[in-house]
Amino acid sequence: MSTLAALARLRALRSGSAQRLATVRHCHLSDRPMVLIPLRLAGEAAAPLAAMVGTDPDHPRLLVVPQPRDRDLRFAFAAELAEVMLPYIESLQKATETVERRGAEPYERCLDAPQLIVPNPGAAAFVRLLGRSTRFRRAEGPFAVHPSVPLLGRWLTFFGQRAGYPGSSLLLSATETLSAHWATGQSALEDANLASLAGWIDPPPGSTGAAAAKEAEDPLIWPPAGPATDPGFDAEVLAPAIRAYEETRSDQAAERVRAAVRSQLEPTWRLMWRAIGLLAALPAGQGCAGRWEADRASFTSFAAQIAEGAPPQPKRDGAVGAAARLARMERARASYDAQRAYDDPLVMAGYRLTGEAFTGTVVSAEPDRTEGEGRGRKLRPLVTVRTTDPVRLAAGTRLGTPERRGQQAELVAIEGEHVTLKIVKGMGRGTTATPGAVPEAGERVCYAALLDEFQPPAALPAPEETPWTHGGPPPEHEPSEDEPEEEWS
Amino acid sequence: MNKDEAKERREVDLDRLDRLRGAVPPRPHDARAIAALAANPGCARRSVLDAAGIDKDATATHLGFPAPFGRSPFAITRGNAFEALVKESGCAELLRLLRELLGLPVAEAAYTDLGDIGGDPSAHLRHAHTRTLLDRAARDGAGAGTLYDHPLLRLEIAGQSAYLEPDVVAFLHGGRFHIVEIKSFAVIDGQAEPDKAAAAARQAAVYVLALKTMLEELGHDPGRVAHDVVLVCPENFANRPAAALVDVRRQLAVLRRQLARMTRVGTLVDALPPGLTFDLAPGDDGVPGRPAAELREAVRAVEARYAPDCLSTCDLCFFCRDEAAGQESTDLLGRQVRDALGGVATVGEALGLADGSREPGEGQEEIARLLRLADRMYAELS
Repeated sequence: MSTLAALARLRALRSGSAQRLATVRHCHLSDRPMVLIPLRLAGEAAAPLAAMVGTDPDHPRLLVVPQPRDRDLRFAFAAELAEVMLPYIESLQKATETVERRGAEPYERCLDAPQLIVPNPGAAAFVRLLGRSTRFRRAEGPFAVHPSVPLLGRWLTFFGQRAGYPGSSLLLSATETLSAHWATGQSALEDANLASLAGWIDPPPGSTGAAAAKEAEDPLIWPPAGPATDPGFDAEVLAPAIRAYEETRSDQAAERVRAAVRSQLEPTWRLMWRAIGLLAALPAGQGCAGRWEADRASFTSFAAQIAEGAPPQPKRDGAVGAAARLARMERARASYDAQRAYDDPLVMAGYRLTGEAFTGTVVSAEPDRTEGEGRGRKLRPLVTVRTTDPVRLAAGTRLGTPERRGQQAELVAIEGEHVTLKIVKGMGRGTTATPGAVPEAGERVCYAALLDEFQPPAALPAPEETPWTHGGPPPEHEPSEDEPEEEWS
Repeated sequence: MNKDEAKERREVDLDRLDRLRGAVPPRPHDARAIAALAANPGCARRSVLDAAGIDKDATATHLGFPAPFGRSPFAITRGNAFEALVKESGCAELLRLLRELLGLPVAEAAYTDLGDIGGDPSAHLRHAHTRTLLDRAARDGAGAGTLYDHPLLRLEIAGQSAYLEPDVVAFLHGGRFHIVEIKSFAVIDGQAEPDKAAAAARQAAVYVLALKTMLEELGHDPGRVAHDVVLVCPENFANRPAAALVDVRRQLAVLRRQLARMTRVGTLVDALPPGLTFDLAPGDDGVPGRPAAELREAVRAVEARYAPDCLSTCDLCFFCRDEAAGQESTDLLGRQVRDALGGVATVGEALGLADGSREPGEGQEEIARLLRLADRMYAELS
């Protein structure tokens, strides 16, 4: 945690209300996100108890498993969830745009993509598990399920996997997203409680964030946002209701279970839309659109894979697949970090504090300075900046700047408060600088040792050429016979 | 200090701990509680209350800060059902797993129920029985590979005996004892939830230590207890059990260090005001008769070290958090913040350093400079 974030927490604690950690929103927010609040039966790995889901704040759909230990009821739940989610996902595949690429075939990309918002990382993990437990099922043979169930499983798996990429907004967890934008006067552990976090950020009128957060800890006022339910509720309300259903299997008894879980889900449902409202009130950061474009591309290509009848995602990646995924995640992380800092001076301030970035005023510039001779002659302007920031960068470090994103500079020397830079990239081919390309004396500038440039994908062998050191080529995927029969109890 | 003096000193300590607790029997430590001791070793309040065997849950409730813990009946039912399944018909399922995992020869599988000694035996008797049978088993050397079910082990915690009941102890043909721990959290595609797996390893380490201690007392080599414990969990989404070996050496080391520290709790207790007690003075109906304000003063006499992690491990967490809030302690915000603040203790102090209204003390120059800079940037940008 940076000193800046720590100070923000101190200020929040002293003032009783949350402090901003960002001046803009760093995630894409869909016009029509789908909120999903799953509940799980305590003690079970992935036994759904209920879910509240939908795109309309006023009309949530409540799905309930009146006896979560009953296998058939679980698959009925999965089919019902598919009924809600698949049309939403499919409706977004229709409108596409053609993307031209240099040196490659143009391709089609969906204009929009689905966005799933869940309360917390636990719910995101549950989405992954639900995907894992349904994607290998089959619509024929023994233990047949509705054909939508395995399809839903693959989509849930896709959402779960994309959530691992920094900067992706296809599956967002509300607590994580809110905590990235606001600092509260409590610990990160307590921020995992959505009601308490929202209380700090947006206390009810007449109350302080601190008081609202305290109230949020009472499970009778604010039931937990899941996936685990309150043990007191389990013992006193849910267990008797499920027992009554087990004995009679009547609609009336099922309705009792429904009413019980509805009482636990409704407060969180309202809270989720409040959280979305809070995020929507922030202006979007500049990089959001580009990252959402990557999300849209990934959505489009996964939809195409499904249409082509690709097998369900494997339980584990092979060696090459795992290395490629890790490399993609690392690139996403580096680029997300750089973009956030470039888009948001408050995020950049964290880097300035550690000396990895600085802001200052240009005191002098040599815009038309060149290096090299003849055809190799290139513009290499020198700029000297006066800064009071504690710069801790070595000579030769590559620097980027939010003001001129195509450019890169190299640190030449630091003398006291004066930092001299040489612009080494993005000056064009000419021998005189275009006006405005080089900052002039008096201009406020910011330079940071963060680069958001295209990085080529990692060079990896094809899966069938996996070397023996990494287990050799993986076996061809053959849907094993026992997969659909795998118990789900 | 000669031996007699040491013994006397110890008795004085125990007597003192009894007075701290009042006229109720000490609350027994179970393996979960012992494992949790390692969670916040620096907290004197917790050390003293645990050493004296005080019911922290009742204390917290009486102070008006009931603990936020509860266990769902569904989780309890599921846990019991899974354990019953694994142990069905003389641990048949477990033997199958152990054969695969440890290469236990089929012929050598036997099952002994150590809990089966008739009547309603005391913990002391049951422990003696476990001790006798395991002593014999260890003496027989490489004899029959046997599963010992319902053993009762004992561990000395700050001068008190804590009786512990591991799920099963397996004694294998290689002459080594393996602790078997049965847990009902699922292992999906080879992965379990990390915090649950870590808690299970800490708990198993307590059993390993207790068993090692017992063998040592009986004159056997404590190295005959394997530091690889067998963790049995449901596999994927089914109820079918699967077993894995978990190395608990690191957890053992932490536990040993922690227990050694607890035996030194005497120095903490000696520093407490004489006459101090946490007695709830329950009446005949069990309702505490002690004025809550008086109890609060008593508990406050022992210093706590609150950290947000306490919220998931200690019954007194809400009380200590409230106290830390009253003192505006930076502990409230978590270790990460406290580290980022270079250990500045209070919110007022840190904010004072940040806005320059407070002069940095010795060694605080660096953090003061950073805070002032952060404060300046924050003011400029938000």
